[in-house]
Amino acid sequence: MKTASITMIIGSALLFGLFFYPLWSISLEAPQYPSGIGMYIHLDGLEGHEKHDIQNIDGLNHYIGMRKLPKDDEMWEFSVFPKVVGGMAILGIITGILAFFKKISYRWFLGWLILMLVLGVLGMIDFNNWMTDYGTNLDPKAIMKMTDDEGNPLSYKPPLFGSKDILNFTAHSYPATGALLMGIGMTLTFAAYIIGLKKAK
Amino acid sequence: MKTIQKLLLGLGAGLLLIGCGNNSKEGSAGAMASSNAEKVYLAPGEHDEFYAFMSGGYSGNLTVYGLPSGRMLKEIPVFSQFPTNGYGYSEESKAMLNTSFGFVPWGDSHHPDISQTNGELDGRWIFINENNTPRVARISLTTFETEEIIELPNSAGNHASSFVTENTEYIVAGTRFAVPNPQRDMPIDEMKGEFKGPLSFISIDQEHGHMNLEFQLNMPGFNYDLAHPGRDKSHGWFFFTSYNTEEAHTMQEVNASQNDKDFIAAVNWQMIAEYIKNGGGTKVAGTYAHNTYDESTMTATTEMKQGVISVDPREVEGAVYYMPVPKSPHGLDVDPSGRYIIGNGKLSTQLSVYSFEKIQNAIQNKDFDGDAYGIPILSFESVLEGVVDSGGLGPLHTEFDGKGFGYTTYFISSEVVKWELGTWEVIDRQPSYYSVGHLMIPGGNSRNPYGKYMVSLNKITKDRYLPTGPELEHSAQLYDITGEKMELLLDFPTHGEPHYAAGIPAEKIKAQSKKYYELEENNHKYAVKNEADTRLERNGNEVHVYATTVRSHFAPDNIEGIKVGDKVYFHITNLEQDFDVPHGFAMIGANTSEILVMPGQTKTIIWEPKREGVWPFYCTDFCSALHQEMQGYVRVSAKNSNTKLRWSLDDEWKD
Repeated sequence: MKTASITMIIGSALLFGLFFYPLWSISLEAPQYPSGIGMYIHLDGLEGHEKHDIQNIDGLNHYIGMRKLPKDDEMWEFSVFPKVVGGMAILGIITGILAFFKKISYRWFLGWLILMLVLGVLGMIDFNNWMTDYGTNLDPKAIMKMTDDEGNPLSYKPPLFGSKDILNFTAHSYPATGALLMGIGMTLTFAAYIIGLKKAK
Repeated sequence: MKTIQKLLLGLGAGLLLIGCGNNSKEGSAGAMASSNAEKVYLAPGEHDEFYAFMSGGYSGNLTVYGLPSGRMLKEIPVFSQFPTNGYGYSEESKAMLNTSFGFVPWGDSHHPDISQTNGELDGRWIFINENNTPRVARISLTTFETEEIIELPNSAGNHASSFVTENTEYIVAGTRFAVPNPQRDMPIDEMKGEFKGPLSFISIDQEHGHMNLEFQLNMPGFNYDLAHPGRDKSHGWFFFTSYNTEEAHTMQEVNASQNDKDFIAAVNWQMIAEYIKNGGGTKVAGTYAHNTYDESTMTATTEMKQGVISVDPREVEGAVYYMPVPKSPHGLDVDPSGRYIIGNGKLSTQLSVYSFEKIQNAIQNKDFDGDAYGIPILSFESVLEGVVDSGGLGPLHTEFDGKGFGYTTYFISSEVVKWELGTWEVIDRQPSYYSVGHLMIPGGNSRNPYGKYMVSLNKITKDRYLPTGPELEHSAQLYDITGEKMELLLDFPTHGEPHYAAGIPAEKIKAQSKKYYELEENNHKYAVKNEADTRLERNGNEVHVYATTVRSHFAPDNIEGIKVGDKVYFHITNLEQDFDVPHGFAMIGANTSEILVMPGQTKTIIWEPKREGVWPFYCTDFCSALHQEMQGYVRVSAKNSNTKLRWSLDDEWKD
């Protein structure tokens, strides 16, 4: 039970990595941008890969009528996400400690993980909704109004995961260090549950 | 008959031999030519191995080339107005061209030299001299822009300049056209003994590179032509060639070429600097402009300075000597070890090589051969180490490869000759096309030359390129000097008239090259950092427009209330913060150039509207797909009209 609890504590503590490292990275590639241009999505806001990338992405996006990227105080997510992630990390650590002192069962580890997964999926849905809105809710006075073969306005939504060609750019959207740490952490909490399960048998 | 047959046979055999020789030579030349092509070919997108900074000569500027490709990368305006980006036209940069004679829009730039630390190129700054209105400029190797220009008073024909000592302690400036010092109204034919040839020593502040005219050595009125500093063992000394020791004032072509020998002046500047520190020298009159460009305020200012410390060379015992040198020497070069000083006797076939050690001994032993105006002349035999006699005619300049060889240009016989230090023997010679002046090996004026390429800077172009009428660009040739024989790799045209050049490995400076200016560090008096702050201010008939640019509009782009007779200052701030997104600004009828504004920068031009109407302005740089749309209008009303001063962007009017 001790091994399982310690694994649970370490796993949930890895969520704190999101306070130091970005969750996601979106980068844009085009010939005129030989060193690329892009942004990191942190729990509490956006940050350019290079100092002025956010401003420069906004500059590009204004041609096709996309809104400016949100500042830290312009999206409720940037104030709520840190609380949720921080809360879950603390909750996970407490669960681990209580299990360590045999106050509660290892089954709570699975409970924590399921809650985390539900919150994670909700976060992804929210993120995807925001990107859909950002990529399709365009200024009617947009300088360039591009349409697809059927005459519908083009969507400039970046992919949730993976790469996609958008006009002259190729957009890459992948998890960054913070999300990787979170993934490892969640795997560890699942491992904690399995260890607990095996020890109990 | 038999004899004729024999002769023909012999000739035939000879021809056959020559033919064979030719054939094999052609074959290898073909193979060599293709490998030469590979040596200078850069695949698209690849960078050159070296930067080469070439003086623009009568363009007054400094051009930047890449080696080995020979591609021109940039023209840096220095001593001349440059309408391409507004240098010398914009309100911020005009002061750079101020002199004690007023605003001088043009200059004749000659010899660039890169700053050094411990005798090695350090890539902080590059200096270049101006010959006509004696000046020296400092250019940043971070922004590649001219940051400072200092004028040299009491001087004329600043040719023996701008050479850097091995820790960038000093750069020098000379006087090639001896003049009365102080200037005065006097008969020209009484110049002898009356004219002077001051040599200026400019100290460099190591942190910012700022130049300070520390002292002028008031030398006899010969024509001081070129110079180079000692290095390593000879560090602390500076050597200057002179001609016209005849002190001829007319038909110098002939009258200044009569003496069998002229002089190299050997100057112990450390000794003189010490002498000054201890209160030596006399403050004499001399007005000169000192122009500095502040990167933070993006504005140049002129300080008109008075007076300079003059040193009589006879007053500092042991600091100044003359060494005889045959036939009106031109270039003077010091080998990387600092042991040998080479005088290039331009009206002869010979280079005279002096040994620093022998110079020191001669001084110690007072091995003098009289004096000139009280300056001891070291006896020729006692200081001469050797002679390079290649048979070439008109030696001008020598550079070194750091591997024990010297390379000398011969203007008259139009060739470059490679010879060995120590034995003074000729190793190789290659023709130049045509009449080579300077040559350059990267790091040439340092302890550590990068002996891979040599560039010859030729004075005559004629048929080397497609003809373009009577006026041609000059021509340079690139040689591979890694083998025993020099190999001609490439011909390329050069802009203006490059005299000297300075090269540096790209790796030493390319990473420090600035991409754009940080808007938050822009402290220009008239900068605006966002569109909300853009505005107009009227002060009498002066109107200041605080405007911004961003792809792809001006803010404001509609202006009303300007009147005929107004003086309108357009202060344009480029809000972009990305690499290579300049915006230009041009106004119809402005009696000045455009301005090209780099990201984060502010520049200003003046427009004085002469007629009523609605007049457009626009961005001159193809900044985006909407470049054509990047324009605006100014409504100009009659002088006495009461049109309200107001401005707008997207019909949101403000006043």
